[in-house]
Amino acid sequence: MASRSSTRWRFRQPSVIPGFGLALGVTLAWLTLIVLIPISGLIWRSSGLGWSKFIELTLDPRTVNALTISFGTAFIAAVVNLFFGVILAWALVRYRFPGKRVIDAMVDLPFALPTAVAGIALTALYAPNGWIGSLLEPLGIKIAFTPAGIVVALIFVGLPFVVRTVQPIMEEIDKEVEEAAATLGANRFQTISRVLLPGLLPAGLTGFALAFARGVGEYGSVIFIAGNLPYVSEIAPLLIIIRLEEFNYAAATAIASVMLLLSFFMLLVINMIQAWSRGRYGYGS
Amino acid sequence: MAHDAGSASITAPSRAIEAATSETRLARAMLIAVALGFVVLFLLLPLTTVFIEAFRKGPAEFLAALRDPETFSAILLTLTVAGIAVPLNLTFGVAAAWAIAKFEFKGKAFLTTLIDLPFSVSPVISGLVFVLLFGANSALGPILQSYGIQILFAVPGLVLATVFVTFPFVARELIPLMQEQGTSDEEAALSLGATGWQTFWHVTLPNIKWGLLYGVLLCNARAMGEFGAVSVVSGHIRGQTNTMPLQVEILYNEYNFVAAFAVAALLALLALVTLVLKTALELRYSDEIAASRRH
Repeated sequence: MASRSSTRWRFRQPSVIPGFGLALGVTLAWLTLIVLIPISGLIWRSSGLGWSKFIELTLDPRTVNALTISFGTAFIAAVVNLFFGVILAWALVRYRFPGKRVIDAMVDLPFALPTAVAGIALTALYAPNGWIGSLLEPLGIKIAFTPAGIVVALIFVGLPFVVRTVQPIMEEIDKEVEEAAATLGANRFQTISRVLLPGLLPAGLTGFALAFARGVGEYGSVIFIAGNLPYVSEIAPLLIIIRLEEFNYAAATAIASVMLLLSFFMLLVINMIQAWSRGRYGYGS
Repeated sequence: MAHDAGSASITAPSRAIEAATSETRLARAMLIAVALGFVVLFLLLPLTTVFIEAFRKGPAEFLAALRDPETFSAILLTLTVAGIAVPLNLTFGVAAAWAIAKFEFKGKAFLTTLIDLPFSVSPVISGLVFVLLFGANSALGPILQSYGIQILFAVPGLVLATVFVTFPFVARELIPLMQEQGTSDEEAALSLGATGWQTFWHVTLPNIKWGLLYGVLLCNARAMGEFGAVSVVSGHIRGQTNTMPLQVEILYNEYNFVAAFAVAALLALLALVTLVLKTALELRYSDEIAASRRH
């Protein structure tokens, strides 16, 4: 019996729970209507352009510039978030200080606050007459309406990703590992850099990749603070909208396909990090 | 002197043990300072700015800005769109979680990846796909137009874009939770003679209600606050297809800062209420919502 059922190919394991057909049917129908058809529409449209036209559109200098700016600023912001996110998570997990609960809850603010609200708030802060902008102006530092402004907005947007991926892993660190390191004569710095941080690496990288992917596609919080100067501070999502407003659907589709392709690649990288981490460190979600 | 030396020899061992598995007091203080500074600079200051700018010219101006008919219709439209999109994704999320968590079938991992897909797509692209599907130069658009059905630059387009963007929220929250809970409760109910629906309503739903609320909360926050996707399909018709975040943009670009920040303050308030409820759920019902807290 057992050998027969294991050799026979089955779509699903038998179960007494009812409703599989209905639940899967609703899921597949909704998924197809809302996600798969629209996304395939985009892919179909861009494949209709033909290779030479597609290459020509993506190699347009303004497009290349916009993509470089989007990926470059998202990368810098994700690096900043990786560094400060790990410190913030460490402080939240290991230390006690007043207001800790509130700060822990606040970390999710970028998930909850609409991006347009974050955008105008950051612009008001970093504009030359804003609280922070007016402090930086005498030093000759300009944030708002420059690429630095884009980085600031993307740091805000990506902040929770690193903290929320690293935090649960830190909570599970076995104190005995640290004690063992200390017993063997490691000082605190060595324990952290050689024992604790390598174990946090996969979670940190996953958080980094999530923040980076989010930053590349971000629109709402960026457009207010960026200044949106073509070739200087114009991000790829904005260029898509500009092309759409010019009724240049071909160019909009081409930029979107490149971005979609790159974000699928990011998704693949994230999955690979997690598979590697499961094998190497025994965790990963 | 002798007293000092004596107390040092007593406290020295405990200090040494503590130093082995925790940082020095100075390092600790510095790390906390860096963490707090980062939070204040990037989270607290922007949030405070929204309310300060909204009340810059006093509460009367703030209220006047909200009483503007176009702003009022934007608030109404946001409530309408979220009111349609959230229940749709709630239904979908429960169905998807039921299929994925309660059964073992081929291609499950792939299906889960597809459900997560909208999270990795730029909001602008999420809007663009519907423009390509229903726009004037698409195959479907003119046909629907001839029947008098308007999708883009109207409520259906806004709902579609919002549903796309908030697609994974409820499912993502419920799947790990229901997987953790297993199927034994349902099997018990079924063996006692309950029908499938009775089992769902009286056994499964009470088990997942807090997780469901958690997912709906996040779904709603994103639905009401979505900007990029909605911006592409809205057409920005004043008083008709502008949701609250789009109204913020329009007022801001007209240099009507007090009004822009007044609408923004309402949205920030929504975000704060969401965070408070979310934290309360995490503290009170941490066992009954999924362990994963990232989105």
